[in-house]
Amino acid sequence: MNEMLDITLWQLVSAYIFILILLAIVRWRKIPREKEIVIATLRMTIQLVLVGYVLMFIFENENWIYSVIVILLMETFAVYNIFKRTKKEMNTSLKKIIAVSMVSGTLFAFIYFDFIVVQFSPWYDPRYFIPIAGMLIGNSMTGITLGVGALIEGFSSRKKEVEAALMLGADPNQASKGIVNNAFDSAILPTINSMVGMGIVFLPGMMTGVILSGASPLDAIKYQIAIMLGITGSVSLSVIIFLHFGYQTFFNKRAQLK
Amino acid sequence: MFQLRHVQFKDILHIENFSIPGQRVCCLFGESGSGKSTLLKMLNGMLTQDSGEVLYKNQEISSYDPVDLRKEVVMLGQDAVMFEGTVRDNLLIGRKFSGKEETSDQKLGELLNALRLGKQLEDEADKLSGGEKQRVAFGRVLLMDAEVYLLDEPTSALDVETETLVMDLFTNQLRERDKTAVFVTHSKEVAEKYADEIFYMNDILVSEGT
Repeated sequence: MNEMLDITLWQLVSAYIFILILLAIVRWRKIPREKEIVIATLRMTIQLVLVGYVLMFIFENENWIYSVIVILLMETFAVYNIFKRTKKEMNTSLKKIIAVSMVSGTLFAFIYFDFIVVQFSPWYDPRYFIPIAGMLIGNSMTGITLGVGALIEGFSSRKKEVEAALMLGADPNQASKGIVNNAFDSAILPTINSMVGMGIVFLPGMMTGVILSGASPLDAIKYQIAIMLGITGSVSLSVIIFLHFGYQTFFNKRAQLK
Repeated sequence: MFQLRHVQFKDILHIENFSIPGQRVCCLFGESGSGKSTLLKMLNGMLTQDSGEVLYKNQEISSYDPVDLRKEVVMLGQDAVMFEGTVRDNLLIGRKFSGKEETSDQKLGELLNALRLGKQLEDEADKLSGGEKQRVAFGRVLLMDAEVYLLDEPTSALDVETETLVMDLFTNQLRERDKTAVFVTHSKEVAEKYADEIFYMNDILVSEGT
């Protein structure tokens, strides 16, 4: 197999013409988005350059501490991002549960995936450790964000239903079953949809990367199948942990709605 | 059955001393905003007083497990809420919550007839009209065979004829089984016709400073 082609700096710069086209379009259509486009392009460039150097350093100085620090940073960023992206007000206990479910769900799936499925060694090999952790954490983050939104929305729009069930002697679990199931469904739907479209509608980034780096497409799909299953596991696990404990924060000890 | 002493709940309720007898059909009557619904919710453990005592069978309500209490003291709120599923699911959900066995379709059919609901058990509950939903909610509570029934304006969406039918059915069943009921209504006629005891909310409440 061929090694990946190198893109020279000038070739890369020439790709920014796409941004210039976009800027020309929004200016022509008088859509006030120029600032955001410039900022987004700059951020994307700077962030990726920095990540490139950081990863290069980590790859050249293989050490378990670096791998662990990276995964901790990813988890922290993911939790912070869920808080930021959830527009509705959250109580402190719900925030704690988000953090715990995010970290425990992804770590469990990650450990299983690394030690049973891929079995790379050493266990902290950053070439595997970091991208796999990134994919599991990123997808679980999206899943939990959707789950949090649906849970809060459910308790606000279906409050009367929960109350009516409690009044008839339902426990909080029975009274919020519909809301919890609905939230689980909305949280995992994007993952299921992406499995359906995989390979036909789009070639996923990981597979593209593996192919570009010179591996055979058959090796690439093996990784892609494995990672897709890992993502599904990680999303379902972290979302169900979140929902299982999350719905309880809407009730007090007397099984009353807060 | 219930005793309230020095009960305070926010600015809504302030009750010095009030008792509700057992095995009777009682009615809470009063203007809207006078705290009738709040009082019912307190008896059902959906709200807890800020101070004072609320006793059920001579025991403080907060000493009961709230979920077990509500299986014995069931409440039908102001809105006739329909749960996902069919009319059958909705009739049976109360029994399901309290862990009781299902009622046969024949009995459920008889109940629908008694409530003058020209609907099938398989019909989607969500598609019923307001009045039909209220009758299903009523039937659901009636099937629960509870000790105490707390009903918050249970006939507000019904015409007079259906109201009479439903209330007759309900009060007759309660009296046959020696159960207790407390219902809230705006209608003086309904209160006088069906209640063994009528409590005027203004008499129960103690206004601030007295």
